[in-house]
Amino acid sequence: MSATATSGLHVGQALRRKEDPRLITGRAQYVDDITLQRTLWMALVRSPEAHAKIVSIDPSLALERPGVHSVFTGDDLGDLGGPLPLAWVPPGIEVNNPEHWPLARGAVKHVGDPVAVVLGEDRYSVIDAAEDVAAQYEPLPVVTDPEKALEGPPFVHEQFGTNQVHQWSLGGGDLDAGFAEADVIVERRIVNHRTAGAPIEARGVLADYRAGDLTVWSATQVPHFLRLFLALLLGIHEERVRVIAPEVGGGFGSKLQVYGEEVLAAWCSRKLDRPVKWIETRTENMAVAHQGRDQIDYVRMGAKRDGTVTALHVKIIADLGAYNMLLTPAIPSLGAFVMSGCYKIPAIQTDITGVFTNKCPTDAIRGAGRPEATHLIEVTLEQLALELGMDPLEIRRKNFIPKDDFPAETAIGVVYDSGDYEKTLDKLLEHVDMDSFRREQEELRAQGVYRGIGFSTYTEICGLAPTRVVGPEGFGNQAGFWESAMVRVHNTGAVTVYTGTSPHGQGEETAFAQIVADKFGVDPEVVEVIHGDTGTGPEGRNTYGSRSLAVGGEALARCANKIAEKAKAIVAHNLEAAPEDIELEDGKFAVRGSPDKGMTLAEVAGAAYLNKVPDGMEPGLEDTSFYDPENFVFPFGAHACVVDVDPETGKAKVVRYVAVDDCGNPINPMLIDGQVHGGIVHAIGQALYERVHYDEQGQLVTGTFVDYALPTAAEVPSFETDRTVTPSPVNSLGAKGVGEAGTIAASPAVTNAVIDALRPLGVSYINMPLTPMRVWEAIAEARGAGLQGGVPA
Amino acid sequence: MSTPVRVTLHVNGVEHHLEVEPRTLLVHALRDHLGLTGTHIGCDTSNCGACTIHLDGRAVKSCTVLAVQADGAQIATIEGMAHDGELHPLQEAFWNDHGLQCGYCTPGMIMAAAGLLAENPNPTEQEVRHALEGNLCRCTGYHNIVKAVLDAAKVKAATIAGPSTPSEGPEVSA
Repeated sequence: MSATATSGLHVGQALRRKEDPRLITGRAQYVDDITLQRTLWMALVRSPEAHAKIVSIDPSLALERPGVHSVFTGDDLGDLGGPLPLAWVPPGIEVNNPEHWPLARGAVKHVGDPVAVVLGEDRYSVIDAAEDVAAQYEPLPVVTDPEKALEGPPFVHEQFGTNQVHQWSLGGGDLDAGFAEADVIVERRIVNHRTAGAPIEARGVLADYRAGDLTVWSATQVPHFLRLFLALLLGIHEERVRVIAPEVGGGFGSKLQVYGEEVLAAWCSRKLDRPVKWIETRTENMAVAHQGRDQIDYVRMGAKRDGTVTALHVKIIADLGAYNMLLTPAIPSLGAFVMSGCYKIPAIQTDITGVFTNKCPTDAIRGAGRPEATHLIEVTLEQLALELGMDPLEIRRKNFIPKDDFPAETAIGVVYDSGDYEKTLDKLLEHVDMDSFRREQEELRAQGVYRGIGFSTYTEICGLAPTRVVGPEGFGNQAGFWESAMVRVHNTGAVTVYTGTSPHGQGEETAFAQIVADKFGVDPEVVEVIHGDTGTGPEGRNTYGSRSLAVGGEALARCANKIAEKAKAIVAHNLEAAPEDIELEDGKFAVRGSPDKGMTLAEVAGAAYLNKVPDGMEPGLEDTSFYDPENFVFPFGAHACVVDVDPETGKAKVVRYVAVDDCGNPINPMLIDGQVHGGIVHAIGQALYERVHYDEQGQLVTGTFVDYALPTAAEVPSFETDRTVTPSPVNSLGAKGVGEAGTIAASPAVTNAVIDALRPLGVSYINMPLTPMRVWEAIAEARGAGLQGGVPA
Repeated sequence: MSTPVRVTLHVNGVEHHLEVEPRTLLVHALRDHLGLTGTHIGCDTSNCGACTIHLDGRAVKSCTVLAVQADGAQIATIEGMAHDGELHPLQEAFWNDHGLQCGYCTPGMIMAAAGLLAENPNPTEQEVRHALEGNLCRCTGYHNIVKAVLDAAKVKAATIAGPSTPSEGPEVSA
């Protein structure tokens, strides 16, 4: 299919959001804002131990408290249909997969692992009561270092006799030949540390089982997945389970999960015949909402003297924590799919080893595998440039996949849909004058200010996930993910559309309305977008992996096309013209050449519901589409970050950030910029401030927002954003995803900038997080090394 | 549970009489007792600012104030910012400038920004950034929030503030 320009009356415009009026006035309804009569509050008793046998759990003191209704432990949940799901694993391998129950059975495996649930009449009393539940533990040896964990005992799960979860490789090309051909080989141990999703709304569930029907409101990204697994685990027919994702206060992957608390709330509601509500505290969220990243990447990159990369070999040790959750072992694999970056590399190999440790499980966090891959590619490439004495932009241009190669197949066998990496980098350099930057850098150094610039030219894979590519005929998974849309034109010409995606801040109610409005010649104001409710609309596959527009938006566009075709036939019938002569013009389905002879959507809908339709045509104006894409889409871009480092304190601060992104045809440029801004700060957070830290005993050190440092407005600058437009040939919108691009791009740009700043001080490499302590230590170490080498610091 | 205490809160110009546990946080009194759920909770440690309201004219974090401490005080919440269907200039600017995505931090951001503009009607970008240091947002990267606050200041600097008007509404018991 060829891409068509989608610029229309509304598509491509920076319309302000339809979602906002309720959000800026305090009238939106998040889970905790929903109240049902007779609701019981739920609180969890959680393990303070990282690894221990559960000796006993005594609820008697808790049950004496006024207002406390019940306490349940893992033993009470014997009727569950199974443990929590691991739904996707990398294809073709065995995965060690321990049972993971909503309440631990026999032993706890990480701090925060729940052992009992308390139900009571109000918010405060259940928290008091949870503290009164006397749980006795017998501590077991703890393992937190993934590399030590691979060497032998202690084991997180004794039954496997190893801490290895799985091994999986993806590669292509002749690696040995590639390295044999290389004049230079750069090797780095790149640590991509553990981070938290940290949406400002933590998780929450309200479950209401009544007379055989279960309704669950959850702060989730994946209501359709949650419904399926609730039905399976609770043994309720799927049609009697309705999951609603009401207003959801951010997710960043951490709400792409089927969590034990969701199952527990539903189980307790059925058991007690009352609605049950659980609202997660931030302290719980930091300990038990799944975390992300946490890889040690051993990277070897070979190149010729002129900078041409000949081979890339990456060994990933992925610390997956204590259990496999919905996608846990599959996450590092997503990075392997884009290990070629935007470069033509003839031989690439990624070897992944997943490891159990006594920590919270990891799973998808914004970018999910691709930030890690992009970080190691972009950092290693600049390290290679240093080694070769080349300009970091020149080495990129040397290796870019040329624009004439698209669609371009990488050594791994992934086919990039479209790209023009030179154009994006050129545009970046229209904003960043390198000559004047280097002059300024020199002048500032003379004043004791160490300024550095770093780059990231990335591409990523999004639009999860075409069955043709990842399914049995492709990389060997069971299936990919399609998306659905349903369009209903009402009698008056107002439109309701239902999408199987489940946005939680991205602005689809607006962007999707823009797409539909242009298909029908109506105002986006009269197009309502319904999402996040399994009780309305068709089955869906939800929101993650920057898929909503490229897959869900395309499903919607196709569905709207079907309706437009029907509308044309109805107009032709009523105006006595040929259907092929009807075209949309000035808000009317009009006869070509006679623009005053036509019908508005409202008039078409009137005719459709009065059954003034051609013989054999069904009345009404409504349709459904399911769309499974031909391929992924591959957005790309060029980012530059400027940092100032204070060598006395080690403090690094981003002072300028320029991002040029290409996500194909823009539907709403304002929303794109917003996604990019947020994505960049997410990655600046990882690069400079945020780190989930466990001590050697497996105790979580960063358990609150006091210790886990999210960037604030004072830590970051305003951003300079620009765009190039290279439409995707995969979908009719020509659109690609942009929800994760900033996060995927930015951490190497920040890291490279800090290294550039520190080079005069003798620092040539440093791992994230680039906290003042770590930077200061790197400077001190370099100075020490310098002294040993006879060069005064 | 200890003996409930009677408190009087003047919220958005309406007087409310409540019975609360002495330990009840003001944010829970607003949300659970008065049903004003526009004020959100995002942390346990007063870092995130999602619960920011105005207490006697000053922006405070309502998770860090006990309801009993607010007895008799004038309180303004996000629900009181629009008047007669007309949005407050900050609400309008957040909407125009895409200063929100998931919207969860937004009420706190708007109330914190209103607090800033009441004290400093014409702030610089850096002053806005420092004033919002106590409010976390994970979606927007702050870029458009800062822009919205600066734009709101330009539009209507002189008339910002004001949510702590004396009670003129009827007495309501909750």
